[in-house]
Amino acid sequence: MSKPLQAPPKKNPQKRTVSPTRPPESRSRASLGLSAAAAEGRFALQHCTECSAIQYPPRDACCACLSTALRWLNTDAKGSILAETTVRTSTKLYFRERSPWRTGTVKLDCGPVIICHLHGDCEQQGRVELINRLDRSGQAVLLALPQTRKPNMEDDPQLRAITSDPKHRRILITDARNPNTVALANALSNAGAALIFVGESESWRPYPAQAELANMTGVEVLPLDVTDTSSVDKLAGEIGGKTDILINNARFIRPGGVLERGDTTFARNEMEVNYLGLMRLAQAFGPAMRSRTADGVNAAVAWVNVLSVHALSNLPAFGCFSASNAAARSLAQSLRAEFRSSGLRVMNVYVGPTEDDWHQPLPPPKVLPQNLARTMVQGLRDGLEEMYCGDVAKDVYERFRDNPNVLERESTLAGEGA
Amino acid sequence: MSQALLTELAAKIATGTIRVVDLTHTLDPDFPVIILPPEFGQCARFRMEEVSAYDHRGPAWKWHNISMSEHTGTHFDAPAHWISGRDLPKNSVDEIDPENFVGPVVVIDCSEGAAANADFELTPKIIAAWEQQHGSIPPQSWVLMRTDWSKKSGADYLNMHDDGPHSPGPTPDAVQFLIDQRNIRGFGTETVGTDAGQGSHYVPPYPAHYYLHGAGKYGLQCLNNLDQLPATGAFLMAMPLKIKNGTGSPLRVMAMVAEG
Repeated sequence: MSKPLQAPPKKNPQKRTVSPTRPPESRSRASLGLSAAAAEGRFALQHCTECSAIQYPPRDACCACLSTALRWLNTDAKGSILAETTVRTSTKLYFRERSPWRTGTVKLDCGPVIICHLHGDCEQQGRVELINRLDRSGQAVLLALPQTRKPNMEDDPQLRAITSDPKHRRILITDARNPNTVALANALSNAGAALIFVGESESWRPYPAQAELANMTGVEVLPLDVTDTSSVDKLAGEIGGKTDILINNARFIRPGGVLERGDTTFARNEMEVNYLGLMRLAQAFGPAMRSRTADGVNAAVAWVNVLSVHALSNLPAFGCFSASNAAARSLAQSLRAEFRSSGLRVMNVYVGPTEDDWHQPLPPPKVLPQNLARTMVQGLRDGLEEMYCGDVAKDVYERFRDNPNVLERESTLAGEGA
Repeated sequence: MSQALLTELAAKIATGTIRVVDLTHTLDPDFPVIILPPEFGQCARFRMEEVSAYDHRGPAWKWHNISMSEHTGTHFDAPAHWISGRDLPKNSVDEIDPENFVGPVVVIDCSEGAAANADFELTPKIIAAWEQQHGSIPPQSWVLMRTDWSKKSGADYLNMHDDGPHSPGPTPDAVQFLIDQRNIRGFGTETVGTDAGQGSHYVPPYPAHYYLHGAGKYGLQCLNNLDQLPATGAFLMAMPLKIKNGTGSPLRVMAMVAEG
């Protein structure tokens, strides 16, 4: 059983904040397929399309038949521990600071033998299931977990090191006005968040959840308008040094494409909130967050964006909104790269139509606030980078992966006409 | 004669015998603006982005790019702002003859009524009572409705409820009286618009906007410090930016007040 993680003591103001160090980043190009799967929390291995062999570690050719026709496929991750050891010292700073570190060999039921990290609850020679996750270098690492859940499993130091678990962390949700904010705050609070800051724009303008948020325990409502640089800078000045997870749920949505609108007014609002809002937050909160990724139990750990899945491929009914999200997605990729050397993780949660005023005329399924909240908390617990919430988002992503050009054609049909 | 007047004016301002009162709110990103149903385009808030601040982006200078609506903060409404004034000549801020930007001003104090009732209305009866005391409103005067609303901040300013904002303003017949019977130059308020918060429920909706701009008159809103003006005798200076085809403009509104 893992030792339950205690809430950290107040920080000693005389001690220097620990500088982040990183596990080794180097991988072969072939291995990046594993990291890409880890970003989504999938356990995938190379399958040879010619001889059906499953292989690990990743290579450029099949180790059985030398074919280069290899596909990354989700693979059954169950297996048994063959041998184990505990690393007590290392030439790598990252592991030196975290030793002892348990590692072992696992033989998968589907064939390959894999050297991986072992969760503290794994029994000798026991049955395990591997998970494929990103480490603080942003590269895939495999960790063996016992097949049955044990108490406080998530508190295992080797697991916690690769997740973005909200437990004991202080979280900023940027937009109190979003109809999903109460559900997000509740879910994070239930997941053990120490404190939840909620940014409220334009306090001179009431909104439905205002009283409820103000009365929630563990929630502090503070002024924040992502379209106003001075407001973002001010809040970052106040709480930037104790924001461990930032969840940017601010979004501006209006229906319509280019010709239907006939002006750039809403498009400008969309870019101000969805694109520049993200940039302002990153410029204000990013520097402190990325300097605090080794700051103990409540080290800064993740940056979360809520994006429309139509950032991948435009939905013309919300054409301009989709475009602003495509811009935000691209910016998030830049941010991910810029945060990478610190280990701070950018998680994008993609949604289809959400249950709100702007999607009211659209048929279900729509993403409910509590669904988004559940997905987001799970993504943080799993330390993911890319998540698709709800059936529409998952379906669009599948079709995007399959063939982006076909998806575009499907999404832009004009309908039968004369 | 006129030259002497100007020289004397300058001297009196310098000595404080004539006091200059600033009737303007600070352009602040968090200052309320009018809120329309969200499917309509909205009034842009005041925003300021730093371009450089004596740093690598510009070593010896600091400056900002600013953005806002024509109708953000303390601002001027030109006749072109409203559909009733759309076809009038010289109806945009750049075309208005400059002498219209300076002139006499009267202040009707409604602060007591507005304190008691957020939906307080300026009626012809109140204007008549005011004239009883101060004399007839001179033609080509600015008429300002003092409510002390400028002292409110936060949610109290718009006073937005589920049935819309609640703030004082003139009734349709009061506006018609000021235009038809007194030929005023313009009408100004301390609230976010020249009309009452519930002004959309009058016939016609937004009567101050409708009648004033239809008659080629001007509007001023989000005014400040009206409690420092006398009921009559002050001199108003309200000069909008010269925006091509502008329907309004943020501006610095000043008044000159004789002290003693």
